Amino acid sequence: MAIIIDETKRVLVQGITGREGQARTRLMKEFGTNLIAGCTPKKGGQEVHGVPVFNTVKEAMEATGGKLDISTVFVPARLVKYAAIEAIEAGVKLLVLVPDRVPVWDAMEIAAAAKANDASFVGPNTLGILSPGKGVLGMIGGRAASAQQWFKQGSVGIVSRSGGMTSSCGYYIGQQGIGLSTLVHVGGDTVLGMRIPDVALLFEQDPQTKVIVVFGEIGGSQEEQLAELMQQGKVTKPIVAYIGGAAAKEGTRFSHAGAIIEGGRGTHAGKVEALTKAGATVVKGFGELPEATRKILDKIGVAA
Amino acid sequence: MARLHEYQGKELLAAVGIETPRGGVARSADEAQAIAATIGLPVVMKIQAWMTGRKKIGGVAFVETADGVRAEADKLLTMTVGNFPVTEILVEEMLPIDEELFVSLSIDDASRQPVMLLALEGGSGIEDRAASVHRLSIDVKAGVDSQHIRLLLAESKLDAAFHDKIVAAVEGVWTIARKNEARSVEVNPLVTTTDGRVIAADCRMTIDDYAVFRHPELGIDIARELDHPPTELERIAYSIEQDDHRGTFYFAQLPVDPDKPKIGFHGAGGGGSMMSMDAISNAGFAIANFTDTSGNPSVAKVYRAARIILSQDGLVGYFGSGSGVASQEQYHSAYGLAKAFIEMDLAIPAVIRLGGNSEDRAVEILQDCCENLPATVEGYRKDDTPSAIAERFKQLVNEAGAAAPIMARSVPAFAVKGEAYSFPILGGRVFIDHEHCDAQATAMVTKFGGELFKEENGKPVLAVSEEDVAKKDSDLIACEMECYRAGKPVVFVDLLIPGLDD
Repeated sequence: MAIIIDETKRVLVQGITGREGQARTRLMKEFGTNLIAGCTPKKGGQEVHGVPVFNTVKEAMEATGGKLDISTVFVPARLVKYAAIEAIEAGVKLLVLVPDRVPVWDAMEIAAAAKANDASFVGPNTLGILSPGKGVLGMIGGRAASAQQWFKQGSVGIVSRSGGMTSSCGYYIGQQGIGLSTLVHVGGDTVLGMRIPDVALLFEQDPQTKVIVVFGEIGGSQEEQLAELMQQGKVTKPIVAYIGGAAAKEGTRFSHAGAIIEGGRGTHAGKVEALTKAGATVVKGFGELPEATRKILDKIGVAA
Repeated sequence: MARLHEYQGKELLAAVGIETPRGGVARSADEAQAIAATIGLPVVMKIQAWMTGRKKIGGVAFVETADGVRAEADKLLTMTVGNFPVTEILVEEMLPIDEELFVSLSIDDASRQPVMLLALEGGSGIEDRAASVHRLSIDVKAGVDSQHIRLLLAESKLDAAFHDKIVAAVEGVWTIARKNEARSVEVNPLVTTTDGRVIAADCRMTIDDYAVFRHPELGIDIARELDHPPTELERIAYSIEQDDHRGTFYFAQLPVDPDKPKIGFHGAGGGGSMMSMDAISNAGFAIANFTDTSGNPSVAKVYRAARIILSQDGLVGYFGSGSGVASQEQYHSAYGLAKAFIEMDLAIPAVIRLGGNSEDRAVEILQDCCENLPATVEGYRKDDTPSAIAERFKQLVNEAGAAAPIMARSVPAFAVKGEAYSFPILGGRVFIDHEHCDAQATAMVTKFGGELFKEENGKPVLAVSEEDVAKKDSDLIACEMECYRAGKPVVFVDLLIPGLDD
């Protein structure tokens, strides 16, 4: 099992002939992702690392048997809206939007199009998703060899609002001899497709995942909403969480568009309290995360 | 700045037909008096600052006499909010307010849609009115549903004579939010007056940083969310970001607790930075600045970021730490930091966590290059936790003593004299000290410079065109630092920081 990506998923790369598109195609392929096709307007007929390139998503879809499960998007930020809507309208049901700096009103338009077509997306501004031993979408881990060495298969699911910290959580937890089901970076923006609560619901349904590790941040309502799902009994698996940004103050944004406290909402204290009340283990220092995860695995009798 | 001042927001509202108070912006007592003379007394005078609760700090004055206008203008224009001086005040007619309403539009992360808050029952302060606030989710394509607003108005106690104007105001808020790609627009209060008008008495507006490029007409010079107008250093830092799109560079100065020792902070990645700031803050330090260089930045960018951080007064140390398991190659950062530390002859301890790909090489480069500096520079890896290195940093700061030295940049003599072999690159110039290029040094330059250099008459010279070398700052700085490490400092990459170096 694992969530979102595994070896069976047929993957498209939009913007495959660009600098990032080419580099990430190679890494995804080396890691083992099942890349079926790529597309870039006017570049149809080329190949990138052995992956055939088409002019449009529709063409790619038709030429490869009518089934592409996921599209990973590597086009410039200002074009993401058009690429995403093209894929959604062509029938792709899951998108991974990697670019940073996508305008928030574009993200809302993508969300509306996805909703109308029963599709979903991860990002924008996501480092990606990685299921050890199965596949990677986006760019987690950098080199495939590093990613394979850092992350082993197991029973802990990771969901994070920070790209770098997704890898860090995975690595430090791995140092405890703990394996992972899937690592998900939901993206650093305000308007995101899948959010922490959505990913937690997927982990809840995934038999491989026994414990969910959350790297949260100040700003927004994702952590509070997760706490609500826990209170409602919709997420029952143990949660270990760290919330970054205790030292941050209201009104200044710390790189991530979503990490800004506005009007007193989304404070560090509020998130810690909501999650703690709902039964999550919230650690104060990031360094305590691996050991706390270890303890919970021991308690529920999972070898990891 | 991605936040607009009250008067800028009001101009946008007025442009779509929403009535705003008569008045104008004054930057001096003379201007304030002239505006008051035009619109007539009494007037309201408000400092233009990005904060709520201006009344509480004395930033709003109700004035009835011409002399009063002068006196208040002088007073308001010498105020500071945080560390930032007030430079503009809005002088407006006093409104005969009947009811105070509230309209805001913001982005709801949970529903992925715009959300409008509407209070139609009056009262003072949004908190008081919370019970009567309507929360309307808005379809991003369709916009505000005016029929719905009319129904809400029909149920309210508001005089029907105002309904059309209120609907228009609500639509106006939506229009300026959508058109300008705002993250939020807040009109608090929207007032009805005893003479039958509906007026936007205040307006707070923030534009989406990522969409600022589509709205040059707004004249936003720094697309960053800050809680204050940009400082001199923030402007300098932002211009670097505009000139070099390789990777990202954020720089924001933070208000500090004067009782705590102040440090310069250099993170990598938003989440890693926040986590590292928490660790250093837990160790008892005040953080002078937030800085993030990430997304595979050029070496020049990391170098410039370090120089800007070090140009802040009163720092007792330099703390660098990101996520710890970076996908990007970490030796790039090591070269950039080492170069800045050497030029500044670093006199405050630096602790840098360089965890991630190629971390061993990165730590070795940093420590080797900085071996002879007055202060201790230590590099750490992914298996060193932020809290552990924060403690180590504390120890080094304590050993170094409390006085914060003033550091100045020094440039090698051969680059100053202007006789050295040199060529331009993007944002700077490269100098090679041919006079001191013996066979060994020449061999090093050609070795570390890769294909960029060749040997000619026993000296290293450019092997590619100036155009081809223009963006090779990362390779050139690597070459400079490797020669320096090897005891042959014959290469110098002179990178300018406009505003700091001139």
